[in-house]
Amino acid sequence: MKRLLTLLLCLCTFVGFAAEPAESGEKGGAFNPGEIILHHVADSHEWHWFSTDNGNFVTYLPIIAYQPGKGVAAFSSEKVAEGKTYGNFKLEDEKLVAIDGSKVYDFSITKNVAALAMSSLLLVFIFSSVAKSYRSRVGQAPSGLQSLLEPFIVFIRDEVGKKSIGPKYERYMPYLLTVFFFIWFNNLLGLTPGAANLSGNIAVTMALAVVTLLITLFSANKNYWGHIFAPPGVPWPLYIIMVPVELIGVLVKPFSLMIRLFANITAGHIIILSFISLIFIFRSAATGLISVPFGLFISLLELLVSILQAYIFTLLTAMYIGGAVEEHHHEEEHGHGEDFGTAEQRAGGSNVAHLNRPDVATH
Amino acid sequence: MSLITPEFGLLFWQTLIFLLLLLLLAKFAWKPILGSLKEREDSIDNALKMAQQAKEEMQNLKAGNEKLLADARKERDQMLKEGQAMAAQFVEQAKTTASAEAGRITQQAREAIQQEKNAALAEVKNTAAQLSVDIAERLLRRELADPTAQQKLVDEYLKDVKLN
Repeated sequence: MKRLLTLLLCLCTFVGFAAEPAESGEKGGAFNPGEIILHHVADSHEWHWFSTDNGNFVTYLPIIAYQPGKGVAAFSSEKVAEGKTYGNFKLEDEKLVAIDGSKVYDFSITKNVAALAMSSLLLVFIFSSVAKSYRSRVGQAPSGLQSLLEPFIVFIRDEVGKKSIGPKYERYMPYLLTVFFFIWFNNLLGLTPGAANLSGNIAVTMALAVVTLLITLFSANKNYWGHIFAPPGVPWPLYIIMVPVELIGVLVKPFSLMIRLFANITAGHIIILSFISLIFIFRSAATGLISVPFGLFISLLELLVSILQAYIFTLLTAMYIGGAVEEHHHEEEHGHGEDFGTAEQRAGGSNVAHLNRPDVATH
Repeated sequence: MSLITPEFGLLFWQTLIFLLLLLLLAKFAWKPILGSLKEREDSIDNALKMAQQAKEEMQNLKAGNEKLLADARKERDQMLKEGQAMAAQFVEQAKTTASAEAGRITQQAREAIQQEKNAALAEVKNTAAQLSVDIAERLLRRELADPTAQQKLVDEYLKDVKLN
């Protein structure tokens, strides 16, 4: 943690504020909404706050480039801004390339990485302070931030974790809660003006989906693999079709998670930006009479979508994990409730069986 | 197209920072939060259970008291009833005894009167007989000279005696 902070602080020395003439694209030439919108939803090596007639207000972020055989180079993105070249590097459509055409691995602190670091720090700060108030207010009613966030935590635990995963839910709660609040907070932060579109970036959603996939695969039991490689009740010649289909299904699930979150958030941003672009396309302030209410409506909708997508991602993750850890008993297939006991335990109904409930016994 | 091609750098940082975040939150946030939540829920559960228990005990106690009261009342009623019955019985018995005694006394009186009467009658008879004998004796002494007169007298007396 400390090391990360130091690292970030060191890199921030590369950050600078600059005021320079506004881009000619907006002044002279035709207004190109597609380019502007894509520029706004995509990642960037500089943090572009706003533009005035006097220039763009931009924070230049550090670039870290690694070239095999040549080592690591770190410099401010100001050095390569506006088509400039710095040493062996230049930016081509926001992509860092080497002039001599050699391979570059771009580890830059881009706008999204900076936003990611900040939102992560915010999450750590918020939830460690919530945890602190839990510790200092033992036996008391929740207060402040704690009482604001507690319903969400309890909801994720009871409605998502317990119901979708079953008796082993407690092991997965940290991941479910982290992923829920990470997505939700970043969705909201992405809606604030000037902020980065982090959760609408496919690399981010891909990383989250891969973590879900790995957790699912590593917690999968014999029963899960059995359903994939030897689907029960299927005659063996059909395995030739079924097994590849099942294997594709394993990958399609996280893939759908990745695409869903990315598409929902990015689409929201694109719609809002499109409504605003209408004003510039028609070159009339009167368009604002339509654009502003519609933009406002979509913005409000996005507030709902931001928590909805966080919930859906978390719920589906929990369901995939639940499918991977589910024990094999058909009579229970439709009965995911509060009562986790197996059929034998329920039928027995003795106190001892109740005490042996796995969720009670293992923790 | 750059929109749907994941960038390597961001992927790297996202994975690194997210895993770090997961570890930090798991250790410093979720563990204490979930622990406290569970603890609190358990304590609420316990408190509710205890309140229920206390309520049941209270009810039991109340029911016990009421039963005791009802028993006491019943016993009192029973005792009253028994007392009344006993009293009535006493009176009844006293009456019977009294009337029996009265009957007995009356009977005794009657018997005594009868006896007295008999005795009186017997005395009257004796006296009469004595009187008769005396009369007869005196008559005999005076009249025995004349046998016919004697006879006549005897007959006469006898006739009188029969009349008695």
